[in-house]
Amino acid sequence: MIYMDNAATTLHKPEAVRQAVFQAMGTLGNAGRGASAPALDASRVIYGTREKLARFFHAENANRIVFTANSTESLNIALKGLFVPGDHVITTVLEHNSVLRPLYECRENGAELTILGCDHRGNISYEELESAVRKNTKAVVCTHASNLTGNMIDLKRTGEIAGRNGLLFIVDASQTAGVYPVDVQENGIDVLCFTGHKSLLGPQGTGGMYVKQGVKIRPLLSGGSGIDTYNPRHPSEMPTALEAGTLNGHGIAGLGAAVSYLEQTGLDVIRNRELALMRQFYEGVSRIPGVKIYGDFETDRRCPIVSLNIGDYDSSEVSDELNMTYGIVTRPGAHCAPLMHRALGTVSQGAVRFSFSHYNTEEEVEYAVKAVKELAD
Amino acid sequence: MRKKELKLVVTFHTTADAMAMEKLCREQQVPGRLIPVPRAISAGCGLAWCAPTEERDHLTEVMSSGGIDLEALHECMV
Repeated sequence: MIYMDNAATTLHKPEAVRQAVFQAMGTLGNAGRGASAPALDASRVIYGTREKLARFFHAENANRIVFTANSTESLNIALKGLFVPGDHVITTVLEHNSVLRPLYECRENGAELTILGCDHRGNISYEELESAVRKNTKAVVCTHASNLTGNMIDLKRTGEIAGRNGLLFIVDASQTAGVYPVDVQENGIDVLCFTGHKSLLGPQGTGGMYVKQGVKIRPLLSGGSGIDTYNPRHPSEMPTALEAGTLNGHGIAGLGAAVSYLEQTGLDVIRNRELALMRQFYEGVSRIPGVKIYGDFETDRRCPIVSLNIGDYDSSEVSDELNMTYGIVTRPGAHCAPLMHRALGTVSQGAVRFSFSHYNTEEEVEYAVKAVKELAD
Repeated sequence: MRKKELKLVVTFHTTADAMAMEKLCREQQVPGRLIPVPRAISAGCGLAWCAPTEERDHLTEVMSSGGIDLEALHECMV
């Protein structure tokens, strides 16, 4: 089996991540619930990962990092906890449903929404972004990279526009955390949402968010906190304010090991390898008659994703054939990115997405190019 | 691309229902497999159960007795 669906989740995790989860499952108690050795071990492991992530994203301190189950949970907490009726929010067609659906709910509850379009390559216009700002605009919410095309949004430029207009800047880093360095302070980011199981190479069920000092988010959940038990309200201190209930300590132990692996290996080493594999695949398939590729490949500042179609074939059929005949795992269909597909004109056909990991090899890429060629013949 | 054949394609409301179908069919040794939902049925993604058309009666009976909550039963080229 050749796994090329890393934008959905990375299948191959570092050995250290597996070991950390295994060890945590045999040793950790409940973090913040008492001072027994197992409970303290859990608290230490979780705090250690919090510190690592704060350093990884250049947060002010570890308390600005909140653990959640995934980006979707982080985005729901941020979007539903920040906007009130009458607020205007700007987002883009590049977004995943984890951004769009919570925003549609906000709109149903009285917020206003502007969704920026894109050009034929799938890139947004920053001039259009700036001109969309109104008196009641509260925030810009955008992905760092499209999960369909791999195109990136310039965080620095978008952050400057948000900052200049006094807007909150909320970023979905699902596709980029672990591939590109993200400095929340340098880019003027107020809330960064990330998942642990994609390029961060951690376990599924891990994720989190960075919340800038001074940004207050109404919690989505309240409940057990391990502190202030007789207070009828959930504590408002970060990170506890947004972490009701027992955390996924076992998974967070794995996420901590994953961040260490990324730091030791080097994001630039990982990214350069993934982009080289992407480029090799792109060069190979772009020469095949009948293959249509989506996204902007004039730059290498992009995610290691190549989405394509072969003639008029249903992307589900192509992906199934790649799986059954060649043992190549890809993702067909709509990728939870309805507006991006609409913009590209691929609503009915979907697209076959190949997404690479640094664990893939040149031989695997060569084989995948050959498979696409045979299917297109 | 391989030649398409007429198949029975069962769609479900949720992925959980599709997994229940696979488990039931495996237990009862009913032929078929999970595939991505073909666009001829829906562009909205998800999993469908694909089986030979001659299994229609057998499959309907198995689903009914197994309490499978299906969305629709199609015959289409897959």
